Amino acid sequence: MTVLDIQGLSVSYGTPRGELRALRDVSLSVPERKIVGIVGESGCGKSTLISAIIRLMAPNARVRSGTVRFNGEDLLALPEARMRGLRGTEISMVFQDPMQTHNPVLTVGRQMIDIQYRDKRSKADKLKRAAEMLALVGIPDASARLNQYPFEFSGGMRQRIAIAMALMARPSLLIADEPTTALDATLEVQIIKRLRELQDEIGCSILFISHHLGVIAELCDEVVVMYAGEVVEAGSVRDVFHNPAHPYTRALLECDPGHIKEKTRNLPTIPGNIPDLVSLPGGCIFADRCPQRHDACTEHPVLSEASAGHRAACHLIKAGAPA
Amino acid sequence: MSALLDIKDVVVRFAVRGGVFSSAGSIDAVSGVSLSIEEGKTYGIVGESGSGKTTLARAVAGLHHASEGSILYRGQELRDLPEAQFRKLRREIVMMFQDPIGSLSPRLSVKSLITEPFRIQGMKGRDLDAEARRLLAMVGLPPEFAARYPYQISGGQARRVGVARALALDPKLLIADEPTAGLDVSIQGEMLNLLARLQDELGLAIMIITHNLNVVRHITDRVGIMYLGKLVEEGETDTVFSAPRHPYTLALLAANPEPDPDAQLMRIELQGEPPSILNRPTGCEFHTRCPFAQARCSTDVPSWQVAGPAAHRCHLPASWEQDKVCPA
Repeated sequence: MTVLDIQGLSVSYGTPRGELRALRDVSLSVPERKIVGIVGESGCGKSTLISAIIRLMAPNARVRSGTVRFNGEDLLALPEARMRGLRGTEISMVFQDPMQTHNPVLTVGRQMIDIQYRDKRSKADKLKRAAEMLALVGIPDASARLNQYPFEFSGGMRQRIAIAMALMARPSLLIADEPTTALDATLEVQIIKRLRELQDEIGCSILFISHHLGVIAELCDEVVVMYAGEVVEAGSVRDVFHNPAHPYTRALLECDPGHIKEKTRNLPTIPGNIPDLVSLPGGCIFADRCPQRHDACTEHPVLSEASAGHRAACHLIKAGAPA
Repeated sequence: MSALLDIKDVVVRFAVRGGVFSSAGSIDAVSGVSLSIEEGKTYGIVGESGSGKTTLARAVAGLHHASEGSILYRGQELRDLPEAQFRKLRREIVMMFQDPIGSLSPRLSVKSLITEPFRIQGMKGRDLDAEARRLLAMVGLPPEFAARYPYQISGGQARRVGVARALALDPKLLIADEPTAGLDVSIQGEMLNLLARLQDELGLAIMIITHNLNVVRHITDRVGIMYLGKLVEEGETDTVFSAPRHPYTLALLAANPEPDPDAQLMRIELQGEPPSILNRPTGCEFHTRCPFAQARCSTDVPSWQVAGPAAHRCHLPASWEQDKVCPA
């Protein structure tokens, strides 16, 4: 069963320079009880994708085509009231910056009661539930800490509180947008481990956005690699990380200093810049930075199967060239 | 080789304003750090947020006052040096700040930004256009960039401008505060390769501050690991990485997920959160999070133990036999 199924999604922003085509024909799906990672660098469209899923888009954004099906319902066609009903109950989010997620002038307990506004339970019950959730994400002495304000918690704790709040309604889909980027490495490991345990316990699916390849490799079941607004590769984490089929994925993996075993003072890079999304080049989006560019690349490649369940948008796959 | 920079027991203390009911006090953001950097070498300072690494760097650059200890640059004491004399030294000790765009004045063109050091140092009679071209070429930017303004360049380019500005006066020591934070992996390497090349060409010593251990492993000669304003381990980079002794170093190394779903990770998970420096733990300050802590760790302060090319501060340092860690 697929929880989230995105097909052919294209989103553009109106800018003074013209139409900026931030997402083009993006398709991906999140199966039940799975963690799907989206990896990509700045400008690849990760944030636009999330905002399109939860329909909280910038005023100048426009969905040109595509569907976003959540448990079978097309989110893009839902009336706003129904959409609002889904947010926070069925689909919830954890944002990047734990320092700015909470209201600074309300206690954590008050905020955790407030978000249960749909429930018809007593305040004491809601407080109890809030304390349970805090304990679940590993905050010691939870009921006493409900009376504290966000500034009394460290960054790692605030992010755990954000996760507790997001999971409070036991949603079927949690969207986590770089939830560990603002945290130190030792805390990052704690949060990742906790997310895995919670996902198992609550049985939700997670769409996990990150630019950190190591975190994706550790946490996710499947991964979608995005580049300049397109999906260039998708498959199981093992397939994509062990046998990357797209030259961009390969280059990205090579650039990660964690991947280089021998000490070197000359680190690999991907020369060039991402293309201008207002005046897109024809053909393959990665062609002008690709070391394996050839004649066919003037034509736009479609996602084709490299192996079962592992797809990449590169002409070399069809040509049967060794990856 | 003689040390270019010799830091001894440096303490950087900040006054803390008391609240209504609490009295004013002070915190030691850097609490007794000693290290030395040799000419032409790279020293990496690693630590998490709040460990005091940026404060230490700013103290070396004369931007914070060191309350105790000494900072010797070529034998000259920098602590308590009057600003007028320090300004002359800033030709030799330069700093690259963390926020690449924010550290460039938005109203100055790239040319003005990178040639400003000449004006500040009163070096007249220079052809600033030629200098700007020379500096841009050095960091691999085309000459047209001289006319651009910070909002017209990308984050990676802004960092190159920061490097060009720092190197304008041909310094001996470059302090680079998180030079790759916020950069995508595909261009992070460009920045580090640039620093390595310039170091080879100009014979620079570099003090690099970062939380990214993977970066440190590749480009530094020596490394110091900071926790709560103190070094917990320091030494030759290869030694510290191949046989870390302090549990915090072990945990930091283990907290670096590899981009490989089947990687066999040595997992040393820390407990809880970093303590506040307002309320330092007793004994070994790491004991509250240390997975190996024993009774004496909470009472006795461990001493600084030199073991070959590295040194550490721990009662129960990890030992290594045949590439296998034996828990302390």
